[in-house]
Amino acid sequence: MTDSSNQKFLIVRREDFSDVTFLLEISHPMMARAAKPGQFVIVMSHAEGERIPLTIADFDRERGTITLVIQAVGKTTLEMQRNCQVGTALYGLAGPMGIPSHLSDAKKVVCVGGGLGVAPVYPQARAWKESGAYVIGVLGFRNKDLLFWEDKFRAICDELIICTDDGSAGIRGFVTDGIKLALEKHPDIEEVVAIGPPVMMKACAEATRPSGVKTMVSLNPIMVDGTGMCGGCRVKVGETVKFACVDGPDFDGHQVDFDDLMIRLRRYKEEEQVAKERWSETCRMRGIGSEAVSVN
Amino acid sequence: MAKKRTVRSIPQERTPVRELDPVVRAANFEEVNCGYTEPEAILESTRCLFCPEPKCIDGCPVNIDIPGFILKIGEKDFRGAYDVITGTNLLPAVCGRVCPQENQCEGVCVVGETLIPVAIGRLERFVGDLAIKNSWVNRPYIEPTKFRIGIVGSGPAGMACAADMAKAGCDVTVYEAFHEPGGVLRYGIPDFRLPNSIVDAEIEKLEELGVKFECNTLVGRLFTIEQMISELGFHAVFIGTGAGYPTMLGIPGDSLNGVLSANELLTRCNLMKARDFPNVDTPLPLGKHVVVVGAGNTAMDALRVSKRLGAKTVTCIYRRSKAEAPARAEEVHHAEQEGIDFHWLSNPVEIIDDGEGSVCAVRCVRMELGEPDDSGRRRPVPVPGSEFEIETDQVVFAIGTNANPIIGQTSKLRLNKRGYIATDDDLMTSMAGVFAGGDIVTGAATVIEAMGAGRKAARGIKAYLGIRDTGPIERDEAIFGISSREHNFVRVRAA
Ligand SMILES: Cc1cc2nc3c(=O)[nH]c(=O)nc-3n(C[C@H](O)[C@H](O)[C@H](O)COP(=O)(O)OP(=O)(O)OC[C@H]3O[C@@H](n4cnc5c(N)ncnc54)[C@H](O)[C@@H]3O)c2cc1C
Ligand SMILES: Cc1cc2nc3c(=O)[nH]c(=O)nc-3n(C[C@H](O)[C@H](O)[C@H](O)COP(=O)(O)OP(=O)(O)OC[C@H]3O[C@@H](n4cnc5c(N)ncnc54)[C@H](O)[C@@H]3O)c2cc1C
Ligand code: SF4
Ligand code: FES
Repeated sequence: MTDSSNQKFLIVRREDFSDVTFLLEISHPMMARAAKPGQFVIVMSHAEGERIPLTIADFDRERGTITLVIQAVGKTTLEMQRNCQVGTALYGLAGPMGIPSHLSDAKKVVCVGGGLGVAPVYPQARAWKESGAYVIGVLGFRNKDLLFWEDKFRAICDELIICTDDGSAGIRGFVTDGIKLALEKHPDIEEVVAIGPPVMMKACAEATRPSGVKTMVSLNPIMVDGTGMCGGCRVKVGETVKFACVDGPDFDGHQVDFDDLMIRLRRYKEEEQVAKERWSETCRMRGIGSEAVSVN
Repeated sequence: MAKKRTVRSIPQERTPVRELDPVVRAANFEEVNCGYTEPEAILESTRCLFCPEPKCIDGCPVNIDIPGFILKIGEKDFRGAYDVITGTNLLPAVCGRVCPQENQCEGVCVVGETLIPVAIGRLERFVGDLAIKNSWVNRPYIEPTKFRIGIVGSGPAGMACAADMAKAGCDVTVYEAFHEPGGVLRYGIPDFRLPNSIVDAEIEKLEELGVKFECNTLVGRLFTIEQMISELGFHAVFIGTGAGYPTMLGIPGDSLNGVLSANELLTRCNLMKARDFPNVDTPLPLGKHVVVVGAGNTAMDALRVSKRLGAKTVTCIYRRSKAEAPARAEEVHHAEQEGIDFHWLSNPVEIIDDGEGSVCAVRCVRMELGEPDDSGRRRPVPVPGSEFEIETDQVVFAIGTNANPIIGQTSKLRLNKRGYIATDDDLMTSMAGVFAGGDIVTGAATVIEAMGAGRKAARGIKAYLGIRDTGPIERDEAIFGISSREHNFVRVRAA
């Protein structure tokens, strides 16, 4: 069988931010060269695995690596959390996929990241900073323990607002509260970018709708191929249907039908549960524990 | 051929082929058509009249010497038959299975004027399977050139172009976006029609010719077509990326859960092996009452896959009549045998929500055939007041595909109005040294046409690079213990 056996997608660094979030740095010099902010990859961790989309959270052209930040939420990501150690390799890694984020010439911007959206918004914030814009970062976490990359963002943001649900770090509140603060203080904000769970992106789009500030979101529908071939990732944007993997993943947040997206994300709920339970069962039987399972 | 055969003297009935029992097979993914045995193939070969001006050859998109290979089968020279076929068709085991023979060679075979035509497809498959079983390869004497060729997409078009360029002594690399090569042959056509082992075997043959496959490579995004020429050192590039951007019908409710494209269903089932879920990780949408819209090969595959996955009822909705169905006749026949319900002359107008975002029914309207349209087929028009509903929990669209946008988004290649890549008669695109063929040029077509396009582009590339075919070496005896067969066909040298 011909497969990717001649290719090696070697994991060269791993960092655990919390018991659900971890970072993998993977060697792929060609992709490191090609990657641009807003793009994603499709990962297969082993031959029987699922193809899952993950945003390129960072890329280092000199080291020839790309960085993924992953939240362990289901079978595949939990399994990766357990098995993807430095020195092991991924079975498949394709990309960079999707249209790179359009880096507008806005002078003052807000970059919003919530939960697993914190990592993917980073390359765009950095690119804006490099192009001379005034960058306000708004990062949201459930609590202080889940917080990561604060220093990385401080280094590239002119202002940084951290929001936690319980107030254990930064201000107490959601990212939408952070956006409101920023909009009040800076009436000349030209663009907002929000990446995170669909509910959060929807709330952000609503928060900016009254002022009409352009708000881009990065959609995360369920994907299979990531090449425009299956239509599983279709989303409603305004009056049209778009395939997020090739027409996106960035879209105008004021046009996106988030309710439709959220319903479609539930499509495989039962199957996801089955897979996850089987995985925890396997872990239990092998006596390797799967502490992360109880977290979600 | 002692005596000249006539339609009267040949066996009047077509030699039947063994098929799995419809009830048994509708619950598994085993190949339905078992193929001819040797005696059956020889018997069927006696039905060919060896016409002096064989129409079948004209009917074949790549003009295989059909009576030539049938003659060899009759002489029990199966290896000879294989050599005749592979002179033009590199994938006999695949094409014998999936070509729409009734519209091509068999459709014009003169025997067909009075009887059932010669079973050309089954004979071709017999030879192709034998070749795989015995590991026959026509490894030509290859004289290396200094040229490097990059192929984008590993479907039949890319495979055919790769084979010809490798035989011409070039260093060939095939890039594929998926984690496994084969294109539609891998992700689309299910095992019960074309087992994966056949695709594997064909790919192995290419590897033996020196072709390299690089999977997980999305060309356009990882590197562009321009970069292949300017930075990666390819002297010529062939693009065969297929036409897989599925169309949705654009009727109310088509984004509900339970509505999906046939490509998604088939990719999950075939490429991701989701029918073994949860032993593999990719889940599969399992419907109890499945409705498939369309009646092409893709629709037939979606219908029959759904049946095999355990759906209680599987219904096909098509706006024209059975006579216009674009699928291979054999597939429609097999689907009927397997208990698929066909609603000819009906069209969906709305998909109905169960209140929680999932489909619960599809509303259709009956159609009748009116005046012929541009395609020459009679245009279906809705019959007023004839609406009806079908209860369903899964609706699969198999109503065609558009050009994949990625190469267009990432290169300056000229596209035509419909978004497909524009080429000249030699299949060269607007960029020098960059050729394209298959579905990405013509729109969704057939395996044999894609393969033919790949070969045609290979001829174009050879002309562009100044590589000249020096013709086969014709010797009877073995030299240095190597038979001339092993030397075989294409001997080429840079001019
Ligand atoms: C363009 C894009 C970029 C993404 N970037 C990242 C990233 O950088 N880091 C990260 O941790 N995750 C990212 N995701 C989400 C990630 O793909 C899913 O978390 C992953 O597929 C879940 O697989 P699983 O088997 O572990 O969980 P499952 O058991 O399959 O699902 C668990 C939960 O995740 C949701 N889910 C399933 N598939 C997806 C999906 N494709 N997208 C979003 N949610 C999904 C389900 O609705 C369910 O609630 C991204 C998704 C997309 C489409
Ligand atoms: C379900 C189904 C059933 C069919 N049944 C039949 C049949 O019975 N008989 C018949 O004759 N025809 C049939 N067809 C049609 C036939 O399969 C196609 O016409 C043929 O495969 C086209 O070949 P191709 O090489 O042009 O493209 P494809 O086979 O589509 O291959 C293209 C390949 O390129 C890859 N690719 C795309 N973009 C990129 C990129 N940017 N970088 C790298 N790789 C890329 C794709 O992943 C794919 O593997 C069927 C089609 C389908 C979908
Ligand atoms: S047209 Fe039919 S009978 Fe004549 S050569 Fe071809 S296969 Fe034989
Ligand atoms: S993931 Fe299949 S079309 Fe986008």
